[in-house]
Amino acid sequence: MIVGAGPAGLTAAATLAAAGAGRVEVLERDPAPGGVPRHCAHGGFGAALLPWRPLDGPEYARNLADAAVRAGASIRTGVTATGWPAEGPGPAAWEPGRPEERVASPAESLTLDVTGPGGLERITARAVLLATGARERPRSARLVPGARAAGVLTAGELQQSVNLYRMRGDAIGRRAVVVGAGPVAPHAARTLRDAGLEVVARVTEGQPPSTYRRGLTTDRVPVPLLAWTTVTGLVGQGRITGVTVRHRGGRTGTLACDTVVFTDDWIPHHELARAGGVALDPATRGPVADGAFRTSVPGVFAAGNVLRGIESAAVAAREGRDAAYAVLRHLAGAPWPSRTVPLVVEPPLLWVSPNRIDAPLARRPFLLRPAEPLGLPVLVAVQDGRLLLRTRRLTALDPSRSVRIAPHWAHAVDPEGGPVVLRTR
Amino acid sequence: MTVTRSGPLPGAGDDSAPAVYDVAVVGAGVVGCAIARELARHRLRVAIVEASGDVGDGTSKANTAILHTGFDAVPGSLESRLVRDGQARLLAYAAETGIPVEPVGALLIAWDEEQLAALPRLAEKAARNGCHDTRPVGPTELRRLEPRLGAGALGALSVPGEAIVCPWTTTLAYATQAVLSGVDLHLDCRVEKVRQGDPHRLVTPRGVLRARHLVNAAGLHADTFDALLGHHDFTVTPRRGQLIVYDKFARGLVRHILLPVPGRLGKGVLVSPTVYGNVLLGPTAEDLDDRTATGSTAEGLAALRAQGRRILPALVEEEVTAVYAGLRAATEHDDYRITAHPRQRYVTVGGIRSTGLTASMAIAAHVVGLLADGGLELGPERPLAPVRMPNLGEAFTRPYEDAALIARDPEYGRLVCHCERVSRGEIRDALDSVVPPATLDGLRRRTRARGGRCQGVACGAAVRAQFEEARR
Ligand SMILES: Cc1cc2nc3c(=O)[nH]c(=O)nc-3n(C[C@H](O)[C@H](O)[C@H](O)COP(=O)(O)OP(=O)(O)OC[C@H]3O[C@@H](n4cnc5c(N)ncnc54)[C@H](O)[C@@H]3O)c2cc1C
Ligand SMILES: Cc1cc2nc3c(=O)[nH]c(=O)nc-3n(C[C@H](O)[C@H](O)[C@H](O)COP(=O)(O)OP(=O)(O)OC[C@H]3O[C@@H](n4cnc5c(N)ncnc54)[C@H](O)[C@@H]3O)c2cc1C
Repeated sequence: MIVGAGPAGLTAAATLAAAGAGRVEVLERDPAPGGVPRHCAHGGFGAALLPWRPLDGPEYARNLADAAVRAGASIRTGVTATGWPAEGPGPAAWEPGRPEERVASPAESLTLDVTGPGGLERITARAVLLATGARERPRSARLVPGARAAGVLTAGELQQSVNLYRMRGDAIGRRAVVVGAGPVAPHAARTLRDAGLEVVARVTEGQPPSTYRRGLTTDRVPVPLLAWTTVTGLVGQGRITGVTVRHRGGRTGTLACDTVVFTDDWIPHHELARAGGVALDPATRGPVADGAFRTSVPGVFAAGNVLRGIESAAVAAREGRDAAYAVLRHLAGAPWPSRTVPLVVEPPLLWVSPNRIDAPLARRPFLLRPAEPLGLPVLVAVQDGRLLLRTRRLTALDPSRSVRIAPHWAHAVDPEGGPVVLRTR
Repeated sequence: MTVTRSGPLPGAGDDSAPAVYDVAVVGAGVVGCAIARELARHRLRVAIVEASGDVGDGTSKANTAILHTGFDAVPGSLESRLVRDGQARLLAYAAETGIPVEPVGALLIAWDEEQLAALPRLAEKAARNGCHDTRPVGPTELRRLEPRLGAGALGALSVPGEAIVCPWTTTLAYATQAVLSGVDLHLDCRVEKVRQGDPHRLVTPRGVLRARHLVNAAGLHADTFDALLGHHDFTVTPRRGQLIVYDKFARGLVRHILLPVPGRLGKGVLVSPTVYGNVLLGPTAEDLDDRTATGSTAEGLAALRAQGRRILPALVEEEVTAVYAGLRAATEHDDYRITAHPRQRYVTVGGIRSTGLTASMAIAAHVVGLLADGGLELGPERPLAPVRMPNLGEAFTRPYEDAALIARDPEYGRLVCHCERVSRGEIRDALDSVVPPATLDGLRRRTRARGGRCQGVACGAAVRAQFEEARR
């Protein structure tokens, strides 16, 4: 059972079905499969998996869905996994900062509660893959103060409004400000322009994103970028009329606009995981997972953006494929690890994924993200005072992108030892 | 069944037209709607006139949603009597109509010796307010009742009668029942002037509405409206309360309403579950002079988080779902300002401070009594049209988990808002209801759609499309 028909879930489904894993079903709450790419009208998808030509989002989504169905998986859309019957498959409650682990018992089967137009169902599977993706934190969760007025969006809602529901012009607004410097911000700006809005500025609290610095912006008409600028509030009655900002050095001002789009600041769709007592990693806020995508609950796997927020679709799809292999091993009787070693980061590092190490299986590279820009740092991994890794990065780290760390050193992790700490020196 | 949002009012511009109302209630907050509903028991021509495009769009949509016992009111005050009476009435009404209520009870928590010493006095005051079931709770029992409470709580006073309620459905239920029972609801219709006479003439941008009796239920503007009729008995000082709503995963952290002990610095900040399954932290108390200042501030939110961290440390680690602010209609008096002016056939319902949701039905009964004393012929009572509201409470069965309902109508199985699990069927019903929403926020208050942790990231576009389609 796969929950979520985005790139991760669909690729896993195709791989599992092609390998003859038995009955493979994907549940998708949206009316059509594809996940986020379905509402990304721009090109730039799939370069890693489908090397002939980078596709636009909807094409890419369609290809993945077709491939899954051709391989024999069934995709059920308009169907939501709402939870696990009773207390769920795992420990009852997740404690922030206190991930728990559970002892293995691979024979267990897993049951999900499901709602769709066809009614309520309880679906039991031998393995569940959570591929529920991620979303942007809305303005409220970012505690941006000020007026509670119309005109405040996230890139996700904007893309859906414009690309799926064909809203244009005044239905969205006239003058927009985009908040954020991550990879999605230029797409948001372009979507706004396609819908006929003027994009007044992009605002980021930190330094200009590296693409900007290297002149790699994809904007046709560059949007003025206000770096080192904090959005301090929203003003307006009924509809917003501007955002107040504070620049570096304390200077303040107001940008007149009737639309604000918040981008970046991702949070995994971890609700189903959490409802099932699957332990979450406090840093990623996604399920704790090892290199084989195994969570704290035997039989429950997780792949894609649900693990840590946004990466490219190719990363999610590759994880879906690799998770499918891990599921196959599980279905063939491979034991669930009774103990894995936690991998934690120290500031200024933000998170690492996978964040559990099962030493014999440590083949998968780690994704690492910093909380702030770091120029060529030395990375160190230490377990119980023992140095496992010491390497100088040859490129700077940027909070809007993850870097990959080769996994070779993880074989030296003591499976009985304490947590491995990853830090910069 | 009449709800209007535009166009001329009945009888406007034509004084010979028959549309003279017996009573016009100005303001469709929870208080105005309750009064109109109470009047609808009688064969009267009643209108509600509301400046905003929806009912409950003022203070009534933005409060802490507690159904109070009135234990801490000023004993002997009108507020004390009406809160107590109102609680009993609203509890019964909720059971009848499907307004969600959860009787969670409250704990008034003492964090220092001074507060601990104040508890017996509060228990005594509660008794004088007719609330006899409070009892002291020692630190050990307190920790058992609320295991997640921050360190340092010395004890508490248990007030088992306090409950949580859905303020949106309450106002909407009153309005719906009033309209179904024959009351005319005129929205987007601000009363700008009053020409006194018999009938009075209420001047609005949509024309003149004539009514023999007037009720001022204008909330934050009750004093301004009073002035139109020559009264200057009180001044409304908007007292802002900012609140943070935490994610549903926080609901397991708290079992009761956690009240602070009122001290020199006002009533203080509480932590409370909501009937939607979230947890509230707030409100602040800031006296302002702008009656539209419902924005939040960085300082306010920081102060709330600091207090929240002390009360329930795990709470502030959870995701924030929403932030909002409400304005209490505080006055220079310590009580409601409900005054009859019989010669003017006019009743002022002002200064309905921070308990008006609870007291609303009792206020309504009281006001109808005052109108009758002032010469309004009520005539015999008749039953109100029955209403059954969609139950938005997380503790009740929601359509997405109701197999029989989905089998009858698959639209209830088609989820649109995933965080709040709202189906197309529920949105359709709301758009098709007696008092339909005028805006997406109005739709949210009727269904919870777009009100969840993602605030529309996933469903905003779909909800809006359905909303706009229905309006075409
Ligand atoms: C604006 C924007 C532009 C982007 N541009 C690019 C680009 O140019 N190139 C690129 O490579 N990547 C791009 N990405 C990133 C890419 O879209 C994501 O990396 C990818 O979609 C992640 O795949 P996923 O399968 O993990 O999650 P998702 O695509 O988010 O899919 C998760 C699916 O799970 C479903 N789901 C969740 N919970 C449940 C439940 N309880 N029951 C049933 N179904 C559920 C959701 O409806 C969703 O369809 C972009 C992303 C955004 C937001
Ligand atoms: C932060 C906060 C917390 C609270 N907590 C609680 C609680 O836990 N429990 C509780 O019982 N109570 C609580 N309250 C109090 C409760 O919300 C109010 O007492 C109640 O909502 C007041 O209702 P109302 O109808 O008097 O005012 P409103 O809801 O403000 O309604 C007045 C209406 O009159 C309209 N109006 C004004 N002037 C005109 C005009 N000239 N013409 C036409 N229309 C006009 C306005 O548009 C408005 O809709 C709280 C209040 C706040 C602010």
